[in-house]
Amino acid sequence: MSGYPPEMQESIRRVETTRMRRLKERFPSMSLEEREQVLEAFHPDYIEENMRGIRVGVSAGQRMPLELADVIEGRPHIDPGFDLSGHVTETDVLIIGGGGAGASAALLAQENGARVTLVTKLRFGDANTMMAQGGIQAADRPNDSPAIHYLDVIGGGHFTNVPELVEALVMDAPLVVKWLEDVGMMFDKQPDGTMVERHGGGTSRMRMHSARDYSGAEIMRTLRDEVRNRGEDITVIEFSPAVELVLDDQGRAAGAVAMNLETEAYHFLKAKAVVLATGGGGRLHYQGFPTTNHHGATADGVVMAYRVGVPLGYLESMQYHPTGAAFPEQIVGLLVTEKVRGLGAQPVNKLGEQFVYPLEPRDVEAASFIRECKERGNGMVTPTGQPGVWLDSPMIEIIQGPGAIKENLPAMVRQFGRFGIDITKEPILVYPTLHYQNGGVRLRADASTDIPGLFIAGEVSGGVHGHNRLMGNSLLEITVFGRRAGRSAAQYAHQAKPGKPTLAHLEIWNRELEEAGVDTGVTSPILLPDYTRRE
Amino acid sequence: METEKQSEGAASHDTGPTAGMQAPVDVELIPVYIMGKCYMVPPSLTIMKAMEWAGYRLIRGVGCRGGFCGACATAYRILGDPKLYFGLACQTVVQPDMYLAQIPFFPAQRASYDITQLEPTATTLFSTYPELLRCLGCGACTKACPQEIDVRAYMAAGMKGDIATMADLSFDCIMCGLCAARCPAEEAQYNIAILARRLYGRYLAPRSEHLQERLEEIEARVFDAQVAELKGLSEEELVERYQARDIEPAEGGVQKED
Repeated sequence: MSGYPPEMQESIRRVETTRMRRLKERFPSMSLEEREQVLEAFHPDYIEENMRGIRVGVSAGQRMPLELADVIEGRPHIDPGFDLSGHVTETDVLIIGGGGAGASAALLAQENGARVTLVTKLRFGDANTMMAQGGIQAADRPNDSPAIHYLDVIGGGHFTNVPELVEALVMDAPLVVKWLEDVGMMFDKQPDGTMVERHGGGTSRMRMHSARDYSGAEIMRTLRDEVRNRGEDITVIEFSPAVELVLDDQGRAAGAVAMNLETEAYHFLKAKAVVLATGGGGRLHYQGFPTTNHHGATADGVVMAYRVGVPLGYLESMQYHPTGAAFPEQIVGLLVTEKVRGLGAQPVNKLGEQFVYPLEPRDVEAASFIRECKERGNGMVTPTGQPGVWLDSPMIEIIQGPGAIKENLPAMVRQFGRFGIDITKEPILVYPTLHYQNGGVRLRADASTDIPGLFIAGEVSGGVHGHNRLMGNSLLEITVFGRRAGRSAAQYAHQAKPGKPTLAHLEIWNRELEEAGVDTGVTSPILLPDYTRRE
Repeated sequence: METEKQSEGAASHDTGPTAGMQAPVDVELIPVYIMGKCYMVPPSLTIMKAMEWAGYRLIRGVGCRGGFCGACATAYRILGDPKLYFGLACQTVVQPDMYLAQIPFFPAQRASYDITQLEPTATTLFSTYPELLRCLGCGACTKACPQEIDVRAYMAAGMKGDIATMADLSFDCIMCGLCAARCPAEEAQYNIAILARRLYGRYLAPRSEHLQERLEEIEARVFDAQVAELKGLSEEELVERYQARDIEPAEGGVQKED
């Protein structure tokens, strides 16, 4: 029995009717001008009334979604007089965040001779890394090169990426794949060892490496296991998010104050160097969008880094993944991996017709889906009022052969199977969902920042992806810059002679808020979303 | 502030952190028992959202909310039904008279090892996890697995020293720990399985020659000049290069034409 109600099944029959014809049809991709037009008209980043500039700090004027601006302009959890001599733990390198970037940083810091403490908000590994399905890019085939990868990255990012960061990303990519394999990650391979590699949106070569559709989970659990094997040098403290960075009296990183989520006790973690790897902010639900992000993704890192004076960038640009689940209601917003399109499934409207090239860069693809629903009225609307377009997954087995879906997309088969939908036989209804923070804290290629001793890695950072990230470059970013940050932090820590720790920057921050008359009523970082029901 | 912003996104009631959940119109609520206490909740919710509906602000027992992290392992019974069921709270829809117990943490034995010093052999499995050979083959683990993994089968492969099969069959594991919670032989199956996968990935998977060649080229700085040149280009020049890219044809029906 189908998990789709009758009115949706009617549209599915149209999709089935056109399928054999569409298999031979190629929908043309857009020119750069056409891309710009659809973005300006339909991408959420371009809706002026939902964006504003922040009013205080070194990046005052930087535009971003209202919800994020409110959080960045928030009041600290602790006051400047907080006693830093109380409950103290000392370490060489403090890593804030237990996702893929934090785990990579921990391993490299340890290998470079540092004692490491890693604090994380929820469990170690509760991170967007764990949920990334599609894969990791690396130019390692003979017809590909880091230079071609570079062009794809910078074109997908609208030519605004920071060149040195892109260089680091593409040049380290094959090294990172090798490193992951040495740690024990299982990549998809042919029997002769050749990596299975596919296209992603905006790639000109097939360079998407995968581990079925558990690519991020496989990276995360393997790195986490390795961190645990080095428990003598790396201490992991779970359920203890950082709430504020601490500097020394010379303005250098000196640690952070963390909160035990269960006892709400604060704890000063004194360190010679700090790696900020806190991830993104999808749980702020910009513009009311649902999100693919994990429960703790509340933009903590940009809040903390900004308060100590590190510039932010590119935060006017959020990534709405084109294919979030739009049905059933229980999983609305959850990720349907881009690999589904990489394997050959076309997006089609309720009439069963193609309307966009399947693998445009994500922002363009997402804006095209919104246009098809909002402007052209060709979206399929569910019984609860959620619009969407079809992703014709059954095409995959016609193209790739029987069994290809179960082999390549076991997580997707399971996800929809739980709700009575067999994606090998029926298409998937999708609509854009808030996925990724393209921008964030500004950093250099060695992961350093304007604050000596503070290093940045992963989604919390800004500049690598310009104004739009391509699929498969986030798992790459977290490992490339996680490793760089860990190495840089350990090297820095060996030389560091930290002065007296202080929270003086909070006095300045509070004064700036007051002088600007800013009071958003938010205490930040907010740490967790609140989904409890309001009567 | 909230009202207009809802328009672009989904119509789902589970959106903004400040919005809170709205009661669906004309829906008959059903009773569920969270840690033994009865709450009336809408029948369309997942267990996780039902707990939030009931007023829980979750810290433990919540992670990715998408079925990948294993944080929300849940055991439940239905009133009058003697069977014990298992699921992920973020992926399982509530039913009337469900008695729910979350298992956000379950202690499990984990060996510490240096992966670079191990050999991919049966002996390594048995010496790292001697308890592997205590498996009774009862299948309680398989019944408990929310990923529908045949845990008993991969444990059987492990007892035969078949690392490749153990790695393959356990691949979709999210390490939620329900198997370990149910095991009468006190195994921590998922920790043994990740050892098998890492041994496979590092030692047994066929090597990629093209990757090795590329690493040697990078070592020899073959690409440095190309990338340095791109870094120095103006935006106009980059646009030109970008538009002139040739696109590798994909297998199957999808091919880019520009």
